Amino acid sequence: MDETNIQYNIMEKFRAFFSENKAVLLAGDSPYVEQLKTQAFNHFSAHGFPHTRLEKWRNTDLSNMLKHDFNFPLKQTTFDVDLDEVFRCEVPDFNTRLIPQMNGWFMGTGEQLPNGVIICSLNEAISKYPDIIEKHFGRYADIKDANLTALNTAFFRDGVFIYVPDNVSIEQPMQMVDLVNSGKNIFIQVRNLIVMGKNSSLSLVQCDDSIDNNIGFNNTVTEVYLDENANLDHYKLQNKNNASALTNSAYFHLEKGANLSTNAISLNGGLIRNETQVRLNGQGSHADILGLYLMDHEQHVDNQVFVDHAVAHCTSNELFKGILDDHASGVFNGHILVRPDAQQTNAYQNNKNILISDKAVIDTKPFLEIYADDVKCSHGATVGQLDEDARFYLQSRGISRDNAQMLLMYAFAADIVNKISLTPLRNRIDDLVKKRLRGELSSCEQCVLHCNSKEQKISFEIDMSRI
Amino acid sequence: MYRLNLIQLSVENIFGTMEKENNDILHELTQSEYKYGFYTDIEMDMAPKGLTEDTIRFISARKNEPEWLLEYRLKAFRHWLTMVEPEWAHISYPPIDYQDIIYYAAPKRKKELKSLDEVDPELLETFKKLGISLEEQKRLSGVAVDAVIDSVSVKTTFSETLEKQGIIFCSFSEAVQKVPELVRQYLGTVVPSDDNYFAALNSAVFSDGSFCYIPKGVRCPIELSTYFRINAANTGQFERTLIIGDEGSYVSYMEGCTAPMRDENQLHAAIVEIIALKDAEVKYSTVQNWYPGNKKGEGGVYNFVTKRGICKGTHSKISWTQVETGSAITWKYPSVILMGDHSVGEFYSVAVTNNFQQADTGTKMIHLGKNTRSTIISKGISAGQSNNSYRGLVKMTKRAANSRNFSQCDSLLLGDRCGAHTFPYIKAENKTSIVEHEATTSKISDEQLYYCNQRGISTESAIGLIVNGYAREVLKKLPMEFAVEAQKLLSLSLEGSVG
Repeated sequence: MDETNIQYNIMEKFRAFFSENKAVLLAGDSPYVEQLKTQAFNHFSAHGFPHTRLEKWRNTDLSNMLKHDFNFPLKQTTFDVDLDEVFRCEVPDFNTRLIPQMNGWFMGTGEQLPNGVIICSLNEAISKYPDIIEKHFGRYADIKDANLTALNTAFFRDGVFIYVPDNVSIEQPMQMVDLVNSGKNIFIQVRNLIVMGKNSSLSLVQCDDSIDNNIGFNNTVTEVYLDENANLDHYKLQNKNNASALTNSAYFHLEKGANLSTNAISLNGGLIRNETQVRLNGQGSHADILGLYLMDHEQHVDNQVFVDHAVAHCTSNELFKGILDDHASGVFNGHILVRPDAQQTNAYQNNKNILISDKAVIDTKPFLEIYADDVKCSHGATVGQLDEDARFYLQSRGISRDNAQMLLMYAFAADIVNKISLTPLRNRIDDLVKKRLRGELSSCEQCVLHCNSKEQKISFEIDMSRI
Repeated sequence: MYRLNLIQLSVENIFGTMEKENNDILHELTQSEYKYGFYTDIEMDMAPKGLTEDTIRFISARKNEPEWLLEYRLKAFRHWLTMVEPEWAHISYPPIDYQDIIYYAAPKRKKELKSLDEVDPELLETFKKLGISLEEQKRLSGVAVDAVIDSVSVKTTFSETLEKQGIIFCSFSEAVQKVPELVRQYLGTVVPSDDNYFAALNSAVFSDGSFCYIPKGVRCPIELSTYFRINAANTGQFERTLIIGDEGSYVSYMEGCTAPMRDENQLHAAIVEIIALKDAEVKYSTVQNWYPGNKKGEGGVYNFVTKRGICKGTHSKISWTQVETGSAITWKYPSVILMGDHSVGEFYSVAVTNNFQQADTGTKMIHLGKNTRSTIISKGISAGQSNNSYRGLVKMTKRAANSRNFSQCDSLLLGDRCGAHTFPYIKAENKTSIVEHEATTSKISDEQLYYCNQRGISTESAIGLIVNGYAREVLKKLPMEFAVEAQKLLSLSLEGSVG
């Protein structure tokens, strides 16, 4: 079956699904959301799934994934698993407010929080807070920009809504954990909206995991709005099974003086695509966009970053690092746009890759588009190997070759890991990276992030703390 | 004498305008029109407007070409009909009507020319205005000039000297007559006739160009040079250049262009193919200064060029150096296929855009052989409302073990309405290769200007100084004859762009 046929088949399915279930899909939506969904459906119906002839998709081929026979869950399914057990995300000393999601559906209680903070399901928000929804929902994730975003907008069933009012700082980090578990091959659309008021601050960890080995296609869209001087510390942690695809699009909109730090850590996953779009819409806003990917087997990771310097005096900093082994393939596509009059922009972009095997492939494209003159923009990209001299140095001090290699890879990844400001999370990810590098972490055995196995002490034959 | 004049000119440029106020400088720059805009009235032998198989047969017949070449053209043309014009480049232009172009125009010649005196005096006058008088070139600079006006080679000098060494340097049509087997063996081997839209067009309708063959072990004693010039109204120009460096040979080839002023856009779709066999080295330098259109962005040459070289043998080397200041649209990616082990590819480029010019230029380095190396240095300078893009590909295939690439692409922005873009594509498929890419975008800082002003250097000369310094890395790779001209061009295009 060629790409066109696959497209045709799955598109027909989606079209039929939409017309059959229109009543359910649009139920409970405000006129604004309903209209948006219809528009999105029309756009998606006309354009279909992205294919490799599109510039942004030339290195990521969805057609293998789309061949599968998927179910599109319409309703929240019931589970026989103990939710408390499943969601007990095992990060020692990490006291977070857990926001559980199962196949996209919000599984929390929606309890009242102090200071007017709201955490609830998106469906609930659509009916309860129409003002906020109308002001922000669908305003940053442009359906015309990406076909998958249009797909998500047309078919999303639920997601998380977080609202942090003006001048509220939330000390306790929030952790969204989205598990995919259905017993069947499913295609889900998850939609989250996070709205942060003026001078507010929040730390948010977004985890994507699978707890079975079924084929899942998770198409998530998250919209984040940061009002003046808001501060968001955002982490994406991805550990999916090798049969699944995750397309994760995050749209950040920053107003004056807002500060964003987002960090995408991809440890496992058959096909992962992170699309991060940041619009620096107010003067003095700043974004740090970081990413780490450690891939092996046949895994594929694709990081697409678009930073839009719309106004003057904004700064952005991008750093993505990756290690690719076996037949893994990686893609980095960074795009910095400096619009006319966005003077005094300072933008930095860097992508560093290490290929461990001759079968691994990396495609990197750091791309600058600049229409203002008083700017400082630089970018760099490297593909290389571990430093032979450094390895020799370590070996000459009695460290075995394998361990020396591991140590160097660990040091390479540490650049990103060390930037995680939540200490317990940093330690945890540090451990995960070590485990990952030794090949002990794999998502095939039920998602390691939540399994209750005791964390084993890592030993590199030498005391890491003294280095 | 010629060289001396140029130096004098650039000295004047630096010191002559020192006292001028910044505003005046800016004014002067924006007012300065294309210096090489003039028109030579020469009787032409033209093909009828439009493009059909008959046009191609006409061209082929007019040039007395063998059957296989006509077949090659027709095959390319039939393929071209099935292709669509590429849209991926960061440029925009009104649709080109390919039926509204004259595909063949040759200056009428009454008989074969034996000496320089027999060349049409008006034609010689044209070259004089350009500052490339054949006699002077011949006498002073030691450069053999194969001058091309509207695609037909008019005069080849120094051919005797070259012949002694066994070097074949002649017009393409001449080569087709003289050494058809060589042409047939290599034509289209680097740029296949179905490579891309413009390459297919060129393969179908190419009128003339240069051919160069350096035999085994020969080091070409002089720098070979061709001056291209687009002349008659409504004629597209489709050159075809083929350079073959046989085993152990060396050649430095220069191409320089100026085009007269014309209101209607002129299409230019050339192909340059370079083949470097074992241990051969080919150095190809270009200064391109075609009519860029006026201040409003009207007119100017559309330059869609496919340039590609292949390092076929081990230890071979191909080096591209280009200074691009002209053309309304530049679409050009001189590339190297590094097939032989230990082969080397180089790309040095300075691209300047001003007013409404658009340039989308860069290179492709395809590493196929082991231990291959490539270097890319690209300096983009944009001013006015122009857009200047670097687009490059570095590909390390599985076989290309221990290969190395270093790329540096810098952009300099002069003025707040212009754009500078970088699209580097990097693909690595093996674990022993190292690819490094870095790029910066910046403007001339006020501090730099202030420092120069403080020491009595006017803003204009300071900018000239800084820009020349910025581009130095590339300019110093140019042969002497070009380096002077290139510096002059940079000054002409840019001085005073920042006030």
